[in-house]
Amino acid sequence: MSTTSRFRRGTVFLLVATAISFAFSAGAPAQAAAAKCGTVNLADNAWVGYEADLAVVSYIMKNDLGCKVVVKNLSEQVSWQGFPTGQIDAILENWGHEDLAAKYITKQKVAVDLGSTGNKGIIGWYVVPWLAAKYPDITNWKNLNKYASMFKTSESGSQGAFLDGDPSYVTNDAAIIKNLKLNYKVIYTGSEAALITSFRNAEAQKKPMIGYFYEPQWFLAQVPLVHVTLPAWKSGCDANPKTVACDYPPYALNKVASAKFMSSGSPAATLLKNFSWTNADQNSVAKSLAVDKLSDDAAAKIWITAHPAIVKKWLGN
Amino acid sequence: MSATVLAKPKPVQKANVVQKYKMELYLSALSAGFVFFAILLRGIATLPLDTSSLTSFQSWLNSVSDWIGNNQNSNPFFTFFINVIRDSIDAFVTGIQDLISQSIGNNASPLIGWLGIVVLLSFVAYTVANVRIAILVFLGLVSLGLLGFWQESMDTLALTLAAVVLALIIGIPLGICAGLFPRFEKVITPFLDFAQVMPTFVYLTPVTLFFLIGPASATIVTMVYAIPPALRITSVALHEVPWSSVEAAVSMGSTRIQALRKVQLPQAKRTIVVGINQTIMAALSMVTIAALIDAPGLGKVVVTALESLDIGKSFQAGLGIVILAVLLDRTTTAAASKVDTENSHLVSHKRHRQILLFGGIATLVALLISRIYSWAGNFPGTGLIGSDIARYADDIVNWIQLHFVSVTNAITNGVSYGLINPIQNLLTNSPWFVTGLAFVLLALILGGKKLAIISTLCVLGIVGTGLWSDTMTTLASVLVAATATVAIGIIFGVWIGRSKRADQIMRPMLDAGQVLPAFVYLVPFLGLFGATRFTAIMAAIVYAAPASIKLMADGIAGVPASITEAGIAAGSNKWQMIVKVQLPSARRALALSTNQGIIYVLAMVVVGGLVGAGGLGYLVVAGFTQLNLTGKGLAAGLAIVLLGILLDRITQAAAARSMLERTK
Amino acid sequence: MISVRHVWKVFGSNPTQIIGSPDANLSRSELRAKTGNTIAVRDVSFDVAPGEVFVVMGLSGSGKSTLVRCMTRLIEPTQGEIFFQEEDILKVDEKRLRELRKTRFSMVFQHFGLLPHRKVIDNIAYSLEINGVSKVERHDRANQVIELVGLQGYGHAYPEKLSGGMQQRVGLARALAVDPQVLFLDEPFSALDPLIRRDMQAEVIRLHHQLGKTMVFITHDLAEAVKLGDRIAIMRDGAIVQIGTPEELVAAPADDYVANFVQDFPKSQVLTLRWIARKPDENEDLSGPILPPTVTVHNSMRQIVESALPIRVMEDGHLLGVVTTKDMLSVVSGSEL
Repeated sequence: MSTTSRFRRGTVFLLVATAISFAFSAGAPAQAAAAKCGTVNLADNAWVGYEADLAVVSYIMKNDLGCKVVVKNLSEQVSWQGFPTGQIDAILENWGHEDLAAKYITKQKVAVDLGSTGNKGIIGWYVVPWLAAKYPDITNWKNLNKYASMFKTSESGSQGAFLDGDPSYVTNDAAIIKNLKLNYKVIYTGSEAALITSFRNAEAQKKPMIGYFYEPQWFLAQVPLVHVTLPAWKSGCDANPKTVACDYPPYALNKVASAKFMSSGSPAATLLKNFSWTNADQNSVAKSLAVDKLSDDAAAKIWITAHPAIVKKWLGN
Repeated sequence: MSATVLAKPKPVQKANVVQKYKMELYLSALSAGFVFFAILLRGIATLPLDTSSLTSFQSWLNSVSDWIGNNQNSNPFFTFFINVIRDSIDAFVTGIQDLISQSIGNNASPLIGWLGIVVLLSFVAYTVANVRIAILVFLGLVSLGLLGFWQESMDTLALTLAAVVLALIIGIPLGICAGLFPRFEKVITPFLDFAQVMPTFVYLTPVTLFFLIGPASATIVTMVYAIPPALRITSVALHEVPWSSVEAAVSMGSTRIQALRKVQLPQAKRTIVVGINQTIMAALSMVTIAALIDAPGLGKVVVTALESLDIGKSFQAGLGIVILAVLLDRTTTAAASKVDTENSHLVSHKRHRQILLFGGIATLVALLISRIYSWAGNFPGTGLIGSDIARYADDIVNWIQLHFVSVTNAITNGVSYGLINPIQNLLTNSPWFVTGLAFVLLALILGGKKLAIISTLCVLGIVGTGLWSDTMTTLASVLVAATATVAIGIIFGVWIGRSKRADQIMRPMLDAGQVLPAFVYLVPFLGLFGATRFTAIMAAIVYAAPASIKLMADGIAGVPASITEAGIAAGSNKWQMIVKVQLPSARRALALSTNQGIIYVLAMVVVGGLVGAGGLGYLVVAGFTQLNLTGKGLAAGLAIVLLGILLDRITQAAAARSMLERTK
Repeated sequence: MISVRHVWKVFGSNPTQIIGSPDANLSRSELRAKTGNTIAVRDVSFDVAPGEVFVVMGLSGSGKSTLVRCMTRLIEPTQGEIFFQEEDILKVDEKRLRELRKTRFSMVFQHFGLLPHRKVIDNIAYSLEINGVSKVERHDRANQVIELVGLQGYGHAYPEKLSGGMQQRVGLARALAVDPQVLFLDEPFSALDPLIRRDMQAEVIRLHHQLGKTMVFITHDLAEAVKLGDRIAIMRDGAIVQIGTPEELVAAPADDYVANFVQDFPKSQVLTLRWIARKPDENEDLSGPILPPTVTVHNSMRQIVESALPIRVMEDGHLLGVVTTKDMLSVVSGSEL
C-alpha cells in the first residue's frame, strides 16, 4: 500500500473520532427534555381512521406530555403480539378480535381493555351509489342473484365479482356467499388501496361493483357507498366460520394497552384511558390526512385547536 | 475430439441434425400430450382449497408459529441465542440511527446534524472517489432534505449501512473461503442459489417469527439478500487472480496466509469493491421492501402512502430512494475504478494532501456547527420542493387515469380474456399429475435424469403444501409476465446494445427502474388497470424488464467485433445482422436474461397479491397479517420457492443445452 | 546436487492404487477410460550435477511441467524420492519446505507470475520480504539484481507497463534475488517473440557463465534445449525416453520417437567429428590434415571441403577415424544416422 492512502485512512479515522467525541460533549443538554413521560410505543394500523386517532393522540403526547412517541407500522393481529414482548404499548382502535382479547387480556393478562374510543364500527357489503340509485332493490341481498351477471369481470369467470380488500381483515364473505347460495365469487384485491381505487373508478365510470367495506372511513365522504343488508346479525350466528349466513356484528371500537405500561405511572396512560371522540371527529381528521394531504401533526393541530375542552378532559385536568 | 471430427466429419454432423430434430420432436410431443390430457381429464384431481380452509400441514405450521410465539421469552434457544442476536443487531442499528437520523430526546437533532452529515459524506466521497463524486453527493444529500425526507433518508441510510456492514463481515470472509477451498464453495453454492431465487417477500414472515417485527428483522432480511452477492463476487475475485502469480508466491516460500494477504487479496481488491457496490445496492432495494415489517425510512413512507392512495407522496419518497441509490452506486463505482488507477499515482501527492487536510478541517467544523446550531442540526428548508413534486405527480397520474381509462380497461379485458384466462383455466383444471408429469418430462428432455429428480421433488413438494391449485393460478400469471419480459428484454436490449446513444439515454432510466420500489407504481397501475391479475403482471414486467434488458444489451454489445465485422463484410442488412449474427452470438445473454426475467417476475408474485393477482401471493400477504392463516402463508411461501427452483433449473438447463448445441 | 528417484504423479481419485498394478502399463487414454486416473509423471529418475544446465524437453502434455513442479512440491508427487544435497525433500515438513523454497530454490514461470500490484523492485524483493529482510536491505539487494539482468531504470515501474521480454527479466531477477542454489525455469521463453527469445537465451547463458547456478530448464523447443542444455531429458507420456548430451540424442536416438523429434534438426551443428569418423578404407590415403574429435561438423566443414585428402580425426595420438566431404554431406543432408 502506498503511503498516501495510509495517510488518508489515518486522517479520516482521526477526524471521525474527534468529531464524535465533540458531538457527545456538546450533545448532552439536548437529551434532558423528554424525561418525564419517556417512550410510548404506539401501533399504527393501516386504515385512515386509525391514522386520525394516532395523529391526535401522538400530537398531544409529544407536545403536552413531552413523550417520545415511537410509531410501529403493524397489521392488526400482529400488533397484539407486541404486548407480551413489550414492543407495543397501545392499540388505539381495535375492531373486535375476541380470540386475541381472550388470549392476551384474559389468559396472559399482558394487555388491558381501555374502553370505547367513542366510534361505532360497521362492517358489511356495499355497492357504488349510482347503482343503488338506478336499482334501488339491489340493497337487499335477496335480489343480488338477479343482478349477478352485471358484476361479471375478467377475474370472476361466469359469476359476479365480489371484491374483498386488505388481506388482514378477517372476512366471512366467501362463506356468506356460499351459504346464501349467491352466484358470486370473492376476488381478493389484496389491499385497501386496491379496494378503494376499484370503488372510486366504478363510480366514476358508472360500472357496477359490490364489495366489502366499513365505516367510519374517510372515503365514504368522497363516494357515499350504499350498504347492502344481509340477514340480520344475531349473537352466535357467526360462531362457525363455515356455516355463517348473516351480516357482520356492529363493533364498539375500543382501545387496548399493555398492562405493564398502564401501571407504569406514565401521564400518557391517563390520556389513553380518557381518549374518546365521535365518528364525525375522526372523519374530519381523516379527511385532513387523506384528502387534504396534510401531515399527521398539521391535521391533529387543526382539530385540537378547535376542540380545546375535549383535549383538556382527556388530559384529566 | 477435434481429431475425430476431422477424421469423419459427415457422420458426426448427421447425428447432430437427428439429435436436434429429436429434441424438437420430443418437446412438441410433450406439449401436445399435455394439452390433450389436461383437457381430456379436466376437473379431475385439481386439488383446490378454499382461502379460509387449512390442510393438516398448514395447521401444523400454525402450531409451530404459535409455539414460537409462546416460548419466545422462556425457551433457552430464544433467550440465549435468537434474542441475543436480535438485541445486538437492534443495538447496532439504533446506534447508527442515533448518530445520523433519530433525535435523542425531543425536538433535538441526532448526534450529527444534517450539515455535519452532508459535509462528512462529501468528504468521504472525495477520499474514496474524486471531486466530481463529492459534489454529486453534496447536491444529492441536500436535495433529499429539500424533498422533505431528511430523517427518513437517513433512517434508510442507517439501516442500509448496518445491513451492509454485517453482510460484508459475514460475506467477505466466507467468500474468501469459497475462493480458496473449492469444496467449501461447492457446499455453499446451493444455499446462495436458494437465497437468490427465493423471492424477497417470502422470507419476511419466517424471519419475523423468530426475530419479531422491527429493525433487527429488517436488518436480517436485508442481510439474507445482500450476503450472496458479497460472497459470490469475493470468491470470483479470488478466482480471477492469475494462478501463475499465486504459484510464484508459493514457489518463493510464502505461507498460505502470506500468499492470500500479499498476492491474492491485493489483486482481488478491485473486484471485491465491485462486490461491495452490489451488496449496497441489494441492501438498499431490500431495506425499502422491509418497510412491510416496520423498517423505518423512505420505504415506510412509500408503504403508508400506498395505504392512503397518496400517489404524490409515494412518488416523492420513491424519488428519494432513487437519489440515495444513485449516490451510493456512483460513489462505490468510482471507488472501484480508483483502485485501478491508484497504481499509477496520477494525483500529485502534495496537492492531494493539502485538499485532504483542508477537507478534514472543514468536516470537523461542520460537525461542530451541526451540533451547536439548530439550523445546522435539523434540515431547515425541509420539503421546499417536495410538495410541488408530489402535486405534479398527482396531477399527471390523475390526468392519465381520466383520459386513458377506457383504453386501459380494454387492454386489461383483452389480455385477461384472450391470454391469462385460457392459460389459467388450462393449468388449474388440469389434474395435478398430468401437469406435474409434464414438468418432469420437460426436465428429463432438457436436463437429464438429475434434473428430472429435482423436478419431481419440487412438484411433490408443491402438492405437499396443499396449494397446488393456487400455484397453478400463480404460474399462469408468471408465464404471461415472463414471456412479455423476455420479449421486451430482446427488443430493447437489441436496441440499446446496438446504439451507444440509446444506451446513454436508457441506462439511467433502467437503473432507476431497478431501485424504484414497486409500491410506487402500484397505485397508478391500480387506477389504470383495476385490481386484476393484469395489474400484477404489469407491475412484475416493470420490475423485471430492466434486468432483462440490461443483460440482453450487454450481450449484444459484447458480441466480438470480429464477428460483427464478418457479418457486415458478408453484406448483411440491419435485420439480417440482428437476427442472423448478433442474436445467435448473444445466445448466452439471451438465456441468462430469460432466466433472470423469470426470477424477477417470481419475486413480484407477492406484490401482485396486493393488487388483485390472488393465488400464492395473496396467501403470503394474508398469512402475514392473519394469525390463523400464518401457516398457510408460510406454505404459500414455500410453494413459491419450489416453483422458483423448478422454473430456474429448467430454464438454466435449456440455456445450457443451447450452449452445448452451439459448441458442437 | 539433485537426485530424482522413481517419481510418480497420478491425478485422479485413487492414485496410489495405480502404481505397481498392471493398469500402470496401460496407455494414458486407456487408463483414463478405465479408471478415470491420469499418469502425469511415470517412474522418472535422473541426477543433476552441480552447475549443470539440465533440460527437460517434451511436447505439451508430456508431463514436463508437472515434473518440475513435483521437484519443488508445488505439486505433491504420488510416490518416489527427490534428494537435494542428501535430504529427501518429499519427506520434509511444511516449514523446512518453505525454508528451502525461500533460500535454495527459485522458479521462473512461463507466464511470468509477476504481482501486478507491486512495482518491479517490490516484485523482485518479494521473497526477501517474506524472509523478513528489512526494506532498505532488500531494496539494496533488489537493485543489484536489477543491474545483473539489465533492468536499470525500471525498478519503480509496474510490471504491466513492461514488454514481455522485460517482464521475464523481472521474473529472472526475482528468482536470482535470494541467491538460490538451483533455478527451475518452466518454459520461461515460450510466451515471447522469437527475436526476444534469442536474446533471453543468450542472457541465460551469460548468467550461467557468470553465476554458475545449477538449472533445471523446461522447454518444448529442441533448438533451445540444444543451445542451453548440458544434458537433455526427453519426456513422452510422463516417462523419460532418453537422457543424454545434445549430440548423443541427435547421433543415437533411443527410439523412433526421439528420432522423429531430432529428425529435422540441423545435425551438423550438434554432431562432432567423433560421431561421423569412420574406419579408413584399406587404400585410403592417411596423410590428410588432423582435427580433434570434439569439433562440430559445422565448424570443420570448410577444412573438410578444402582438403583433397580425408581428414584424420585424432585424439591423444590415436587415429579415431577419417572424414571425407562425402561423409560430411550425408550428415548435412540428413541421409545418414
